[in-house]
Amino acid sequence: MPEVRLVNVSKKFGKIMAVDNVSLQIHDKEYFSILGPSGCGKTTLLRLIAGLIQPDDGEIYIGDRLVNNVPPEDRDIGFVFQTFALFPHMNAWENVTYGPRVKGFDMQKAERIGHEVLEMVKLHERLDAFPNELSGGMMQRIAVARALAAGAKLLLLDEPLGHLDAKVRNELRYEIRRMAKDLELTAIHVTHDQSEAMAISDRIAVMKKGKVLQVGTPQELYMNPQSIFVANFIGGANFLEGYIMETRDKNAVIELRGGLRVQALKKGIDRGERVVLAVKPETFIIERDRGKKKSENSVSGVIERVAFEGTNIRYEVRLENQDLVVVVTPSLACEWFNIGEKVILSFQPESAHLFVYPETGLREEMAVE
Amino acid sequence: MPRKLVEKFDALSAKLFIKNGVYLTAVVLFFALILLPPILGIIIKWSAMQEILGNGELVARALNAVKNSFTIAILVSVFDVVAGIPMAWLIARGKSKWLNVLDTLADVPFIVPTAVLGYSLLLFWSGNEGLSAFFGGSLVSQGWLLVALLHFTFSYPVVVRVIVGALLDYKIEYEQASRTLGAPPLITARTVTFGIIKPSLIAAFVLAFARSISETGATMMVAGTFENGPVFIQNMKNAFSADPSLVRVYEGSTIFASLILIVVSCLIFAFVRILGTRFKLPIRRAWPTFEKKLSYSSAAGARNGIALLVFFVIVLIPSLFVALPAFEALFTDVLPKALSGAAMWSEYWQSLSLSYLLGAAATFLNILIGLPMAIIVARRKFGTLSSMLNVLVDIPIIVPSVALGASLKFFWKETLTFIPDIWLLVFAHLAITYPYFVRAMSAAIERISLELEEASRTLGAKPLCVFRTIVFPLTKYSLFSGAIMVFTRSVSETGATLAVTSLKTAPVVLVDWVKGNVAGVTGLDIGLGCGFLILISFIILLALRLIVKGKGKY
Ligand SMILES: Nc1ncnc2c1ncn2[C@@H]1O[C@H](COP(=O)(O)OP(=O)(O)O)[C@@H](O)[C@H]1O
Ligand SMILES: [Mg+2]
Repeated sequence: MPEVRLVNVSKKFGKIMAVDNVSLQIHDKEYFSILGPSGCGKTTLLRLIAGLIQPDDGEIYIGDRLVNNVPPEDRDIGFVFQTFALFPHMNAWENVTYGPRVKGFDMQKAERIGHEVLEMVKLHERLDAFPNELSGGMMQRIAVARALAAGAKLLLLDEPLGHLDAKVRNELRYEIRRMAKDLELTAIHVTHDQSEAMAISDRIAVMKKGKVLQVGTPQELYMNPQSIFVANFIGGANFLEGYIMETRDKNAVIELRGGLRVQALKKGIDRGERVVLAVKPETFIIERDRGKKKSENSVSGVIERVAFEGTNIRYEVRLENQDLVVVVTPSLACEWFNIGEKVILSFQPESAHLFVYPETGLREEMAVE
Repeated sequence: MPRKLVEKFDALSAKLFIKNGVYLTAVVLFFALILLPPILGIIIKWSAMQEILGNGELVARALNAVKNSFTIAILVSVFDVVAGIPMAWLIARGKSKWLNVLDTLADVPFIVPTAVLGYSLLLFWSGNEGLSAFFGGSLVSQGWLLVALLHFTFSYPVVVRVIVGALLDYKIEYEQASRTLGAPPLITARTVTFGIIKPSLIAAFVLAFARSISETGATMMVAGTFENGPVFIQNMKNAFSADPSLVRVYEGSTIFASLILIVVSCLIFAFVRILGTRFKLPIRRAWPTFEKKLSYSSAAGARNGIALLVFFVIVLIPSLFVALPAFEALFTDVLPKALSGAAMWSEYWQSLSLSYLLGAAATFLNILIGLPMAIIVARRKFGTLSSMLNVLVDIPIIVPSVALGASLKFFWKETLTFIPDIWLLVFAHLAITYPYFVRAMSAAIERISLELEEASRTLGAKPLCVFRTIVFPLTKYSLFSGAIMVFTRSVSETGATLAVTSLKTAPVVLVDWVKGNVAGVTGLDIGLGCGFLILISFIILLALRLIVKGKGKY
């Protein structure tokens, strides 16, 4: 039932367009993430949906209901705050049962719900502890339990894992998704952490400076970024500048700086156009340069730096044209290379992404603020 | 200050014995100048108690007066908090730009010296040109109701200030969380907001209560034949202190009444504090449909309307009413007479300079000895001693100012006779204003995260340097508002001043005028005298405000 629809929603703070003409449709029972660098307007968007602030423009629907003028307590939502906002003067149990109580449920029912949600977050000890006596992970669980106890079918989470250390964070993210799925909730999860968003979301909206740039499944965003910003933000990429020399059916031949030539899908960009080619670090195939004739789509370079990251090895390779590219390969599956070794990098034309060179410059386009 | 000198002081402050020396001096001065003298003063005169204990009529009168004090104090502080909450809510949570103006206006009764305030209220509620002009006859004549109205008025700004501060300080997210959990605004306020700011509500109550218990000068103006504790003490003084054979009656009744007021007040505060921690606001039950109705539109509008109405009709307009005759006086020969210092006006101008001198001295001394104390209390420098000091610091504001003055006088006059009157006056004002300053500062210092200070220490800053560069910039506004409270309180103080010395400050002179003790004083003279006091105080505060302006909020 609770699908969420935003139609041309805008919100200004003074001169800052915190949310700039955003339209989104979030499906019923979907786990949806809003992803973007800090300050891009994610929290503002979530607060608009919750009714904690009012839009300057546009319409917000929850289910079939236009909720612009509906106060937060009537929107039937659960909200998990970044800082948890557990009531400091109530203990864990009182926090969790707050929703049922203020909704006027009788005491027995309130307590039953309290036990149910605590069961769900696996936190039944320390119910009489006050928030300042709880660890970050516990506070987070209580915050989620409190939001669930109100019985809402729409769960809004504002960087719910942001204040936790890495290990706890990685465990809890799957747990939250599991609970949302078990309870058949629609969840909107705000985060600046792309790996978190990729790991748990059905779909993701990528935001930049108040605007939604692209909405899609994690795979779509990864395989088919529609902007330089998204290509960079989701998984990172090497950006090589050049221009289109000629086109051959689907492909374009691009001349990079220093006369290197490579091919990529042309995606409707015309000959002569100045372009940026995005190649993800893990799409390069890296081989030792044995002086043989180079294969079709390849460039040669010299290893400049090597970092062993555990699962992966990360190489920085200086190309012939002096561009520096990053290459990542699985540590177990490939040959290893040393600093100073000459290598050949190649990639499939379909795995690289071609973009028209941005008017404001590459750096500005990728800037997060 | 030259850089070299500053560095030298910074370096000195790192020496342990100097640092502890400063703190120790502050503690010693607190005991020696502020806490012990009034207590010792009472002990010195202990034998005088017999004079009153043997006189059943006088005991009954004293007890009745004390009972009146508590009845009014409880009544007034409850009403103040009840009326202050919606007003503070409007100021802190409203969206209109006019709220800044309202915020400033709420301070007005604090700027008007209490003695003048008493006179102003008298004119408004029962004078011929006041409300009675509309209703015929005086609407509220001198007596308990007017005393209650007066106490309500002068406590109001303190209550609003404290609650607004608390509402602005705490995280709005708690309220938002409650709303998303399904609680309409009224339930949210009741169960979350007030639960969290409960300590501030208690502090507001305590301050209003203490002020009502101890205020003397203004109360005397509006009391008529009604007697509360301070008025009783003052009446005793007027009746008996001049006659050496009867002076012990005055001394006895002063100690008797003061002692009961102090002890019972302390008990009430202890009770309120304990009750405050035990007592939970009713968060167990909620009545969603009913409370929802009260949260929105017409109900909320009515609440704001009533809050504003109470503020304007009971607090603001009566406080400023005294300015009307002052305007009239501008166009008569009273103005030239006043400016040339003719007749009683020469005494007025002298008293005015004395008042401001005293205010400045009290403020300066408070900063000097109150600041280290605020740090001790806020940072718990000395463990248990700090917690104890935290309680003791409040005592001077619950002692009736006239009794404080009297016991200070007993102590200083009879043990250290060589101390000149002017110093007695400074000590009395210091004692009365000290709690305000220490409270304002220690609360502000507590809010600064200790990490910030520690970070600065690890970067190599000496203690004094930490204070200069970290603590001071972050507490400047509190320091300023603390200083303002001290200054205004000192300039408006009447009761203790009357008791301690025959030197006359401006409020004392004005009380004389109003009481008809000075021949040839007209309503225009009084109006103008009050007007000057308000105007000059206002200009001084405005100037101070402009100096610190832009360097902090407000
Ligand atoms: N209450 C507010 N008042 C003024 N500016 C705000 C307010 N809330 C957010 N902003 C501004 O709006 C922009 C978006 O903020 P926010 O939604 O919090 O970003 P995010 O959650 O993505 O980090 C930021 O530039 C922020 O400074
Ligand atoms: Mg945010």
